Amino acid sequence: MDENKKKNPLSFQLNVDDFLPAEDSEKQSLVVMRESVSFWKDGLRRLAKNKIAMVSLVVVILIMIGAFFVPGIYPYGYEEQIRGSENVAPMQYSAEEQARIAAGEKVFPHFLGTDSLGRDVTVRLLMGSRVSLLVGLVASGIILLIGSIYGAVAGYVGGWADMIMMRLVDIIYTVPDILIIILLSVTLKFPLKSLAELPGFGWINTVGIGLVCIFIVFALLYWVGMARIVRSQILTLKEQEYVTAARALGANGGHIIRKHLLTNCIGTLIVTTTLQIPSAIFTESFLSFIGLGVAAPMPSLGSLASQAIGGLESYPHRLLAPAIMISLIILSFNLLGDGLRDAFDPKLKN
Amino acid sequence: MGNYVVKRVLSAAVTLFLVATITFFLMNMVPGGPFLAEKAPSKATLAALEAKYGLDKPLGEQYISYLQGAIKGDFGPSIKQRGRTVSQIITSKFPVSAKLGGISILIAVCVGVPLGAIAALNRGKTTDNVIRLISTCGIAVPSFVVSTVLMYILSVKLGLLPTYGLTTAKHYIMPVAALAFYPTAYICRLMRSSMLDVLGQDFMRTARAKGLSQMMSLFKHALRNAILPVVTYLGPLLAYTLTGSFVVEKIFTIPGLGSEFISSITNRDYPMIMGTTIFLAALIITMNVVVDIVYKIVDPRIKLK
Repeated sequence: MDENKKKNPLSFQLNVDDFLPAEDSEKQSLVVMRESVSFWKDGLRRLAKNKIAMVSLVVVILIMIGAFFVPGIYPYGYEEQIRGSENVAPMQYSAEEQARIAAGEKVFPHFLGTDSLGRDVTVRLLMGSRVSLLVGLVASGIILLIGSIYGAVAGYVGGWADMIMMRLVDIIYTVPDILIIILLSVTLKFPLKSLAELPGFGWINTVGIGLVCIFIVFALLYWVGMARIVRSQILTLKEQEYVTAARALGANGGHIIRKHLLTNCIGTLIVTTTLQIPSAIFTESFLSFIGLGVAAPMPSLGSLASQAIGGLESYPHRLLAPAIMISLIILSFNLLGDGLRDAFDPKLKN
Repeated sequence: MGNYVVKRVLSAAVTLFLVATITFFLMNMVPGGPFLAEKAPSKATLAALEAKYGLDKPLGEQYISYLQGAIKGDFGPSIKQRGRTVSQIITSKFPVSAKLGGISILIAVCVGVPLGAIAALNRGKTTDNVIRLISTCGIAVPSFVVSTVLMYILSVKLGLLPTYGLTTAKHYIMPVAALAFYPTAYICRLMRSSMLDVLGQDFMRTARAKGLSQMMSLFKHALRNAILPVVTYLGPLLAYTLTGSFVVEKIFTIPGLGSEFISSITNRDYPMIMGTTIFLAALIITMNVVVDIVYKIVDPRIKLK
């Protein structure tokens, strides 16, 4: 009976099977859109493809591990003066240590030797990198915080407030930064020293007056670049429909800036902050080199290099090690920043 | 145009005034004053010294008289170098630094621009990759690293060049190389990216299409447009060279303003620090204004606001 119906082409009786709901596998074949990719996934995928950026990322992570964890488990302290082991060449042992080895003791080798006070150069190099990285990371954090808030408020509020705020930025922008930084580092130490003695400010001594001073200096001067970039982004973003919609729904300015505007320029924020790190490290090493950075006995890569100049003829490795380290840190952060820019914010290129 | 110039000059004056003010009050924040050495002078000596340098007057009065002096180029006497005024020291030391810096800037531009252009013309080829690699490394190396490594290799190991002083042409090689290293790399990168931008423009194709030779189109159209970002970099470059010379002059013991500034910091010679800061700031700010104005003249497409 059934077969008869099918064979008759003129029959109006339809096959019920054709009208069953489509199964998932059948639906799949009609989908023309690719799976939606989130902002982070998309950026990270592009970043992962960039070999140079990935290598730099690995180098940065390795240096960070070396700087933040290794000194804690290292058998020598960065201030520790090993008696009788002054000016030991790399991978050598002093006479006393050789005697101890002969007695069957195990002595940890000085990979880069020791300095004129008998301090292990390797652990001092790692501590110096820690200071440099700390300065880079914290300073960029401060710059990100101040610059993005300032720029976002100026851009969002607009009008007179924007004009006055940006004039201030213009003025700070034209101030010769290194000169003011030097000036501030000379003068800030005294008020900070007295501030550290007040109750509640003891943390200044823990962090180190030199470091706090550098942070303040960076926070005062270097946020202006970030503020300019954020402002220009906000100016275009605030004309978008979703901002109008949010305002129509009764959201206040702070909410819109936090939830809509800053989240939408997150790519720019990441890239600018990453590229700020090497420039902060650059400046810190310069300051330490001319003797204005962190205070002794805390080493910094700049002060290590500066101290090594005197003994350049006999102990060139003491200069080369911090020199290579600082160049490596700055180079890898630069390349990582370039990679992040290509991945998260292609518009920023050029 | 006149409006723009007036506006820029006025804002530069405001900035300079601000720098002078910040400098003055920061210096006065330091407790103890400039005469507090390891061996504290007696009260009477201190009072006499303060009266001599005008430090016993109220701060406001000191500030005004300092500004009045600074406008005339008088920064007062140096405290650590007896019998010399800050202005005398600056005028005697600055030419040394200016010569060194000027040569370095010249070399940075003369090497950086052609290298960047060559890299852009050979985009993706080995030449480009090598130039890019070197210039990327170049902007990652601080000047003190370049100076000391050069010194180790050329003087200590090979004994080719003298390590200190600035008397013969040979003495200039290392300091200039150290000072020009970073800006050369930076200009090279800048030039490469702007050249790539220009080479992709329509007018380049038009120039070739209307029969202009490769060379002519490069020199008449591409280079002229691509060099503009380098012009804007000249202002910051001057600032970099001046501050970079602090380190380079210290390492090579060159008797310039940079090493003078560093030693005035370590000696806590406050009038000297203040005078040098204001002098260098004025120089940098003036150069920035000049470069901005020149840039607008060179590139007529930029609208004057």
